[in-house]
Amino acid sequence: MSRGLSAFVTVLVKELRENARDRRTLISALLFGPLVPPILFTALMVSSVERHRGLEHPVALAVRGGERAPGLVQYLAARGAKITPEMRDPDALRHTSRPGLLLSISEHYEASLRAGRPATVALYGDSSDRDTLVDEARVAAWLHAYGAELGALRLQARGVSPTAANALAVDEVDWATPASRSAVLLGILSYFLLFATLMGGLYVAIDSTAGERERGSLEPLLTLPVRRGILVLAKLCAAGICMAVSLALAVVIFAICLRVVPLESLGMRANFGPLVAAQVFLVVLPFVPLGAALMLAVASYTRSYREAQTWLSVILLVPTLPIVFASLYGLTARPALIAVPSLGQHLLIQRLLRDEGLPVALWSLSALTTLATALFLSWIAVRLWQREALLG
Amino acid sequence: MISAERLTRRFGATTAVDALSFVAPDGAITGLLGANGAGKSTTLRMLATVLRPDDGRALIDGRDTRSDPLGARERLGVMPAVSGIYRELTARENVRYYGRLQGLAGAALERRIDELLFRLELEGCAGRRGRELSHGQRVKVGLARALVHAPRNVVLDEPTNGLDVLAIRSLRQLLRELRAAGHCLLFSSHVLSEVAELCDRVVVIARGRVVAEGSPDALAGAHGASLESAFLAAVSDRAP
Repeated sequence: MSRGLSAFVTVLVKELRENARDRRTLISALLFGPLVPPILFTALMVSSVERHRGLEHPVALAVRGGERAPGLVQYLAARGAKITPEMRDPDALRHTSRPGLLLSISEHYEASLRAGRPATVALYGDSSDRDTLVDEARVAAWLHAYGAELGALRLQARGVSPTAANALAVDEVDWATPASRSAVLLGILSYFLLFATLMGGLYVAIDSTAGERERGSLEPLLTLPVRRGILVLAKLCAAGICMAVSLALAVVIFAICLRVVPLESLGMRANFGPLVAAQVFLVVLPFVPLGAALMLAVASYTRSYREAQTWLSVILLVPTLPIVFASLYGLTARPALIAVPSLGQHLLIQRLLRDEGLPVALWSLSALTTLATALFLSWIAVRLWQREALLG
Repeated sequence: MISAERLTRRFGATTAVDALSFVAPDGAITGLLGANGAGKSTTLRMLATVLRPDDGRALIDGRDTRSDPLGARERLGVMPAVSGIYRELTARENVRYYGRLQGLAGAALERRIDELLFRLELEGCAGRRGRELSHGQRVKVGLARALVHAPRNVVLDEPTNGLDVLAIRSLRQLLRELRAAGHCLLFSSHVLSEVAELCDRVVVIARGRVVAEGSPDALAGAHGASLESAFLAAVSDRAP
């Protein structure tokens, strides 16, 4: 083994061993990165599934003056409203802790109906309360349907066909497949994976540069007959290995979590079996050296551990920017976009989740441009280590 | 042998080391004596190849630190003022890491580590992590690390800082043995008694320049009585 290679392996092994013994590194690499996001994500999905299920549940509806509109009350009850008579007026009810939904039927309801004029009912609800909002929309839809039925009866009574009032019949057809529908919701997955990847190497990058300088171990290290470039590349590689492990863990945990979430009840299907999981891993893998080089370059440039931490927390957000743009502008997988690091990974993961496959050409394009960027950033990191200012 | 030839280093407008020349010969202990901020550490860091001189040159066994830094480093063992050993590695692993990076390996390296740990009375804590060691033990591990490849030239920046009397004594003993084996030893200090006790040659630095040079006795003799008065005289001679 040549002297340079043996020094490279020595530094690499030492960085891995030292960080494996440091609890903080382990927690960030194995727990915070790959574990917390999937669990948060699952909790989010489960709660949204629960909310969706809530649509079949009966709606609690307080009705004031229900005795004036027995037909309407009966209609609502038949649709799934749990009716409770309410005596208080809306203003009094508003100041209670949970006012819920109130339907107030005006005193002139019956008279208006008989006269063939629009009869007034008022629906009170709190639009800042998400649960009420969903229920309110359902009650409003029932009220409109009831109104339309009454209107049709009136037309019929006057000898006019009720369909004359409906000039357009609109049929809404959704092209989305269960897989593509879930891709929108799972879009956040690519960010979580990139986050887990970066988190995995975060402390190794800080510790082996700014940390080493701050503890005074960098100066003696630089008096050894080893080229600085070899030191940087070994540290970079150590961070990269931790990142790859963190990424693999995140993918596996996501695959497990997505089995737990009852996506089917949302009309979705998570296309995240073992094969797709392996492909997702391959898609993100080229991002590992890029992230490692980026973090190492930034951490080498900063003057202290704290400063490195601050800057690297910002770096954690950098890969989200292209993804945010992609979501805002609804970007789809075009070669020019695939070539952008992090955006390329995101778009390819989206394709996989939509069950659209992973063309080798697109993957190679994304991998090549990402690795080229990684190479450039590594060169910058090596250059930064040639400076005397490295010692602070 | 370490030689500094008109070494100069500026930080912004201040000149920390100003055309400084001296020679630290083989088989001798040379002390770099100076008040705080006199330029001792900057000089040592230039000799250790971590700082580049703005002017002049430093030679380690004839190898220029600027044109052949790797060659110079192979012949050099450096212990900086801050021991900087790794907190999560054991004492033995710390020394082994440096041994490997110096190109040593296998049984020969392990034997050398055993020998150093024994010599520095560290056998008892060889398996303890860096963060569990006392300050004195860390300094000793730092020294073992600097000596692991048996360098011809050893540079120590204030090695006795924070050591107790016993530790200082064993350190002195070790330095004398290295001298007897023909090594070139250069250390910096601001403690006069230490320099007087140990050094064959003293180089007194003030404001980045050599203001006096010679054996402790010769220096003291030139100024009447003690090394202290000699030091004060040498330093104040050049005061602006």
